[in-house]
Amino acid sequence: MKGMSKIVKTVANFVYGFIIIFGFYIIVHGHLTPGGGFQGGAVVASAFALALVSYGSVNSQKFLKKDIFSLFESFGLTLFIVLAFSGLGITFFYNFLANSGNWFGDAAVIGTNPGNMNTGGLIPLMNIAVGLEVLSALGVIVLVMAKGAEFTRKKENS
Amino acid sequence: MKKIIFAVAFLIFASFLLVSAINMRTFGDPAISDMDDYFIENAQKETGANNVVTSIVFDYRGFDTLGEATVLFTAVVGIVALFRGVKK
Repeated sequence: MKGMSKIVKTVANFVYGFIIIFGFYIIVHGHLTPGGGFQGGAVVASAFALALVSYGSVNSQKFLKKDIFSLFESFGLTLFIVLAFSGLGITFFYNFLANSGNWFGDAAVIGTNPGNMNTGGLIPLMNIAVGLEVLSALGVIVLVMAKGAEFTRKKENS
Repeated sequence: MKKIIFAVAFLIFASFLLVSAINMRTFGDPAISDMDDYFIENAQKETGANNVVTSIVFDYRGFDTLGEATVLFTAVVGIVALFRGVKK
């Protein structure tokens, strides 16, 4: 894939950061608003796909690295499993931080309210872990497939 | 002969689907709602999260989410293995 025109590149430069910020907003507010790790990760990965389409697969290799993505992916899944095991004093996946009063441990406010970030116990941490895994997993898929398409076209031309 | 077997199988299958569609309960009126009532009553108090759907997905059914994340990981491993011969 070659890059697209200058107009597309400029607009992509402008929108790229906002899409990533919006995706991380969805991930971090997973326990208060609709959304969560999977949805927010997909939004962030769509920003990577936008960069790949507008700049072309050769140019975007400079700032989208496959090795870093696969590292983050393994880290996210491992963090999720470690968080699941950390409640093992009672059961697997026990939410021991909820309503405990310290980290993420406030009681939820019931009724119409703007939402308190410091609630939910393990749920926000698990959202972050899953979000990290999903965004880098979809990033790896997009990058590897773009590289494969480039390879196929080069072979057909020669 | 083959066509007759296909027609008979189709009729039996379609009649099963039709019967179950006719006997379906009206929307919002489940037969057994103990589990739903429990989640609506206690999810916010027990997990401390305002979003009940997230509290089910990441707390009550956390094992299911672990499976989903593992499926995604396996899909990525398969794709990377499929494209491993691609050089720059």
